Amino acid sequence: MAATLRNVTTYDLRLAAPLALGFVVFFITPLVILLALSFQADPQGTHYGLTQYVNFLGDRFSLGVLGSTLWLGVKVTLLTLLLGYPVAWLHQRAPSWAKGIIMLLVLLPLLTSVVVRTFAWVVILGRQGIVNAALASLGLIDTPLKLLYTDTGVVMALAQVQMPLMVLPLITALGRIDPNLADASSVLGAGHWRTFRKVTLPLSLPGIIAGCLLTYAAAITAFITQSLIGGGQMLFMPMYIYQQASTLQNWPFAAAISIVFLVAVLVVVSIFNVLGRLSRGYTNA
Amino acid sequence: MTNRRIDLDALSFRIVMTGVALLALVLLAAPTVVVVWVSFTNGYSLKFPPPGYSLRWYVELWNAWQLQFAMMNSLKVALWATGLSILLGVAASLSIARSATLTARVLDSLFLSPLVLPALAFGLSSLMFFSLIGVPVSPLTLVIGHTVVSVPFVVRNTVASLAQMNPALLEASASLGATRWHSFRRITLPLIRPGILAGGFIAFMASFDNVPVSLFLRDAATDMLPIRMWQDLEGKLDVTVAALSGVLIVVTVALMLVMERVAGLSKRLT
Repeated sequence: MAATLRNVTTYDLRLAAPLALGFVVFFITPLVILLALSFQADPQGTHYGLTQYVNFLGDRFSLGVLGSTLWLGVKVTLLTLLLGYPVAWLHQRAPSWAKGIIMLLVLLPLLTSVVVRTFAWVVILGRQGIVNAALASLGLIDTPLKLLYTDTGVVMALAQVQMPLMVLPLITALGRIDPNLADASSVLGAGHWRTFRKVTLPLSLPGIIAGCLLTYAAAITAFITQSLIGGGQMLFMPMYIYQQASTLQNWPFAAAISIVFLVAVLVVVSIFNVLGRLSRGYTNA
Repeated sequence: MTNRRIDLDALSFRIVMTGVALLALVLLAAPTVVVVWVSFTNGYSLKFPPPGYSLRWYVELWNAWQLQFAMMNSLKVALWATGLSILLGVAASLSIARSATLTARVLDSLFLSPLVLPALAFGLSSLMFFSLIGVPVSPLTLVIGHTVVSVPFVVRNTVASLAQMNPALLEASASLGATRWHSFRRITLPLIRPGILAGGFIAFMASFDNVPVSLFLRDAATDMLPIRMWQDLEGKLDVTVAALSGVLIVVTVALMLVMERVAGLSKRLT
């Protein structure tokens, strides 16, 4: 009897078979082919070896593209955290009508088309854009500043585009903190800054790490924003892969760059996952 | 003395936090507001502020057959991908959500992995796969690729709703003589429906907005909306794109408000 009762609450694992099969054929197999192709020494596939990887790792230009992509992710993630944390903090304290508005503002970019969001930044940062128009009307500049196609422009646009990914886990994390802890801290004489540094910030660490992971992974793979705001002069990994694959038809090299990029992303994800596990242990202690 | 120091401390803390938060909220809203604003310009450029206002670019949308064609393609692919994601994703979620077996855990990670993987690398690898087995790219390969990147949203939200469901309900239903199918239809499905709806909605948006997978898996005849818009923007800053963006923003906000009502969207995302 007990066994039959337990059975009614779970479903047969075979229900997952169609999706699992689909993933094996259309997700895992392509990735295996990608890996195999990256070991081809030439586009015809006459010999195999590490040629493509040697080419990538021995080329200052390629390494520079990888480096600037990973560094871009760091800058975007830090800016997003700096701007996003106070938003989550405000959401926590706001009356419920204001909570709704904050949530709408946070979710809107997440669900608006990336092309539309990026396009807006082109309008804001362009030579005739808002920033330049405002600075000119204040008499601060004579000639328009170059903001589009610069590193600063890319970081700002990406920070806005990815901010929801940071704010949502932070709102969850702040909601889980017992408000009595902050009260206890202030009763014991700690000021607001000190309470924030010693109580709130450490307890929200799981949310910070989850938010950083999502933001970082999204920022370094954000193909559209990188190419539209960065323009032709700034090359990041996704565009590099696309150029090699589509324009130059150099599939083995494109495959090798993809694998290098995949491994880099997986390493970053694993580091954040380990940090996340450590931080959860810390906040439960 | 002590009192004053604490007041200063409290005041500076609140001012800094609220100030940065408001700045961030303005930053979050600005692009959307700007696009809608500039789409009402009567000029030929995306100059801000616009020299005057008119609806000419919205009227122009009626004749922009390239954008309309691309939009229909994107809608069709997104609807197919969302349908397949819900069908396959919900079935898979049911079987892995309450199971602690290793197979279930591995499948769970597998189904969620497209979320962190660079989509461009997946798009390229899919193209290699289809060309190796001799299948030309077509709307079908597009739907397959889009389903892979959309299904994680359905799985994540459905698994989360199943985890919150009280298993005692199913036991009670079974002990009262309900068949499994009956229990599923009358108890499980109504309880997890908001999760499926929210997941399906996000999956639809992810597919409709996808560029990296479409770039590799579409054929020359199948123009997709985000790619069309992106290429229009790379070449010239077309104001028609601003009008189309305005339409997309209004539709998105309307859908978001509906989903908030029927599925509690914001609660599911935090």
